[in-house]
Amino acid sequence: MRKSNNINWTKKDLLDLENLSKEEIELILQTAASFKEVSTREIKKVPALRGKTVVNLFYEPSTRTRISFEVAAKRLSADVINISTETSSVRKGETLIDTGKNIEALRVDIIIMRHNYSGAAVTLARQLKASVVNAGDGWHEHPTQALLDMFTLREKLGRLEGLNVSIVGDIAHSRVARSNIWGLTKLGARVTVCAPKILIPPAIEQMGVRVSHNIEEALAGADAINVLRMQFERDKEKAFPSQLEYFKSFGITKERLKSAKKNIIVMHPGPINRGIEISSDVADGGNSVILEQVTNGIAVRMAVLFLVAQANDYIKTKK
Amino acid sequence: MPSRISPAGVRVKLSARGAGEKILPCIWRKRGNVLIRKHMSQFKEKAKILNAEEIKRILQRLTHQILESTPALTDIVLVGIQTRGVYLARRIQSIFKETEGVDIPLGTLDITLYRDDLTTVGVRPVVKETKIDFDLTDKVVVLIDDVLFTGRTIRAALDELMDFGRPKIVTLLVLIDRGHRELPIRADFVGKNIPTSKNETVEVRLSELDGLDEVAIGEKV
Repeated sequence: MRKSNNINWTKKDLLDLENLSKEEIELILQTAASFKEVSTREIKKVPALRGKTVVNLFYEPSTRTRISFEVAAKRLSADVINISTETSSVRKGETLIDTGKNIEALRVDIIIMRHNYSGAAVTLARQLKASVVNAGDGWHEHPTQALLDMFTLREKLGRLEGLNVSIVGDIAHSRVARSNIWGLTKLGARVTVCAPKILIPPAIEQMGVRVSHNIEEALAGADAINVLRMQFERDKEKAFPSQLEYFKSFGITKERLKSAKKNIIVMHPGPINRGIEISSDVADGGNSVILEQVTNGIAVRMAVLFLVAQANDYIKTKK
Repeated sequence: MPSRISPAGVRVKLSARGAGEKILPCIWRKRGNVLIRKHMSQFKEKAKILNAEEIKRILQRLTHQILESTPALTDIVLVGIQTRGVYLARRIQSIFKETEGVDIPLGTLDITLYRDDLTTVGVRPVVKETKIDFDLTDKVVVLIDDVLFTGRTIRAALDELMDFGRPKIVTLLVLIDRGHRELPIRADFVGKNIPTSKNETVEVRLSELDGLDEVAIGEKV
């Protein structure tokens, strides 16, 4: 049993990791550890959010994150509604705030939102009394992905403090990278980001990370490596290296892992592009925890939904 | 977040900042270099009810009562309710081991997710471990908690237990029964009945968590 601390969760939303304290992040991870057991029961459901309504509001296509949140909410007995903007009034020109207020008027308790604009989640959260959970906003943050990465790491290695974690891939366009950097550095891990120069944003060193343009350098001494998907769809200026070129210089292959620690943990937020950022033998190999990340994602998202719902209920009863 | 840190012992008023940044009423305590939020109510002790020796004897008596009431030892399983019920269950388990030489299976139950007062209680509890890694079917479950009060915890525990299987019998063991039931629930094995008024509190302290064994009665101030 993990030792419990006396920190309480008091925020109605989860918007980013930048503005969370180390203790708050630890509370989420600790709560998630308790929730993991629920999914191993024969009856995979607890009544914690019975009577609550959760809306998945996705302005960008997503399967795994949306399904993960949906499964998490359902295992907490909440009712879940999925709104895809392809089929909603957004097509008719409704603003984000109006959409949010309309959803809130339906007495919805939690809005889980993915949006292509950085800062969209904060904007919505400020306007609403309902809880808002950021499921990825533009290039800004994707807090629950980073939390599940950290949860998996901690489960595998027992700690985060002092670990060397390398994040490889399109750092510039990656909200997953940004959330991971905030979270890992707060919990005392040393983070290296590795990519071709064009995919490293300027001044990223100010976030407290080491920058490398050499994959061997990033692998050396790393306890874990987080391989990001090459987001070619975001490459509007055609500035990215070609797929083959990228794989040759930065792809994670079995050959490359030989120079790394034997037990290095290989993570990937998915969906994986085999043969572009990672080879199949590594993705399916013994160092990979990619599918465990998916399983842990449910526990982490259950914890987040539970904590924001409780805090919001408390805030409402106090008024 | 330096903006949120207030000096130890200072009450932070409920103030609306931005959305998502609401702070609840609490007291800050310093433990090492970390500021810890504590809830405002505090316990003012009136009297000690039980000491370590008495608790030990009571647990021995309760273990024998379980034995007396259950013909087949192999049917018995213990389930402790987090947090202090778990430690009481472990002690009863070791008494079984000492006196009967048998290992009784032990599970833990955290009822947080089954509570009916999540929205009204001031304390937002930490979800602790639930672990029942044996089959409950046709077993005699002894549910163990420290204090029986309104009965709502037990209601939640029963609901959760049923999600794990279908026991033959569920019995309830408590160290203290302080009355004031709000549901039709009673204990089968009671350590001590303590008549209380509703605004009083009973605190069970166990050495594993609190450094010593005792039960005290007091008031929340």
